[in-house]
Amino acid sequence: MARSDGAEGLSGVTPAVEINGLVKWYGAHPALRGVDLCVSPGEILALFGPNGAGKSTLLRILAGLVRPTAGSVQVSGFEVGPHSDKVRRVIGVLAHGHQLYETLTGRENLLFAATMLGLDRPAKRAAEVLGKVGLEAAAGVLVRTFSSGMKRRLALAKLMLREPRVMLLDEPFTNLDLQATKLLEEFLMTSKAAGVTTLLATHDLTMGLAIADRMAVLQEGRVVFDAKRDEASRESLRALFSIHGELWGGE
Amino acid sequence: MIFARRVLAIAWKDLVAEWRDRESITAMCFFAFLVLFLFNFALGGDQALIRGASSGLLWLAFAFTAVLGLARSIQGELANDCLDGLLLYPAEREAIFLGKLCSSFSVILLVELFSFPIFAVLYNMDIWSQFPKLLLITVPATLGFATAGTLLATMTVGLRAREAMLPFLLFPLTIPLLLSAVRGTEVVLRGEAFELAMPWLKLMAAFDVLFLVGSLLTFELLIEE
Repeated sequence: MARSDGAEGLSGVTPAVEINGLVKWYGAHPALRGVDLCVSPGEILALFGPNGAGKSTLLRILAGLVRPTAGSVQVSGFEVGPHSDKVRRVIGVLAHGHQLYETLTGRENLLFAATMLGLDRPAKRAAEVLGKVGLEAAAGVLVRTFSSGMKRRLALAKLMLREPRVMLLDEPFTNLDLQATKLLEEFLMTSKAAGVTTLLATHDLTMGLAIADRMAVLQEGRVVFDAKRDEASRESLRALFSIHGELWGGE
Repeated sequence: MIFARRVLAIAWKDLVAEWRDRESITAMCFFAFLVLFLFNFALGGDQALIRGASSGLLWLAFAFTAVLGLARSIQGELANDCLDGLLLYPAEREAIFLGKLCSSFSVILLVELFSFPIFAVLYNMDIWSQFPKLLLITVPATLGFATAGTLLATMTVGLRAREAMLPFLLFPLTIPLLLSAVRGTEVVLRGEAFELAMPWLKLMAAFDVLFLVGSLLTFELLIEE
């Protein structure tokens, strides 16, 4: 198994995400048991792992939504916890729950988000991203009438409103049709070209490997595999698939 | 400016959602009517007893109904992980608190305005000649109750027994406020000089300031894990 911290050859460059000795306990249950990761600017890291491996907890800690039990986390040079307010300005999150208000319309959800983000001309920005995700026709419809796929698209539009330096995506491909998956893929690639760092937690091995520059596997709160895609040897990929097969019941 | 826009955006979002759903407001109005009606029924035709107890009964109805609205204000954000979404905006926590407070205060005050005519009819009270004075008591009392309630609803939102915990914590904490509101309303309903209500009004103002400042200082700690 390979182990890479991703910071090799990057002396002088501040890592986009730096995680040291991260531990999280929920009561008597350990969710993370000492995670160390370093993600370079512009890198896309795919986090694989079975349910309960700690992927979502890791992303929630990075977003400042959950306090770690031990260890330190830095995002774009800001320490999560003491400087969570600064971290919130540089991150964009696509969560597993869509975080949309069902009693508001699609446009109203985006207007609200744009206002909360402090964007200039929120109506114009909302219209732009609605167009990008192909929801112009449904913009005035209440979100509670949307299909799951439409809600995911709107959540993606909400993410597009901001210009984050680091994106945290939790199961971003869930409930997306082919067209929306392609849209997300394009968005990730455009963001990458602009130097945006992405951490995505996913069960979708095919999509994860297609998009990511680097892959890591979390198992029982530990990183058990970490390798750059281009540098991964046939053996390490085989090892990844073997872990995958073992953990996902050989799918 | 951005701060004020965020406060208004949160309040607007909550009020639009309430207007479209009418879930809380319908339940609150119905509950207020039921409490006032049942107490009226229980007290029978004894006008002296009714007049003596009326201000207490009115605030009992207001306090019970307000809890329904306050619980929903923050707990409603739990659906679809919206609370996480709200916390992920690079917005000041104080703006989130004030936005939530504005929407809760507006909804509670609206239900109180709906309850006044019912109270006047059921208890045979002439409240309209004293209505401005009644509002001078109602507004600060409602503001204080909404402030304490918003803070406690935030504090209990992560608990499994949050719906039981909110009234359990809120009612003892707001005893000085509710007593002041009852005494102030009593002065107004009896048609006594408004100066007699001033000490109660000052107590309510002190409660409001104390809780508003305390809430703004502690909200960030309470809303985060």
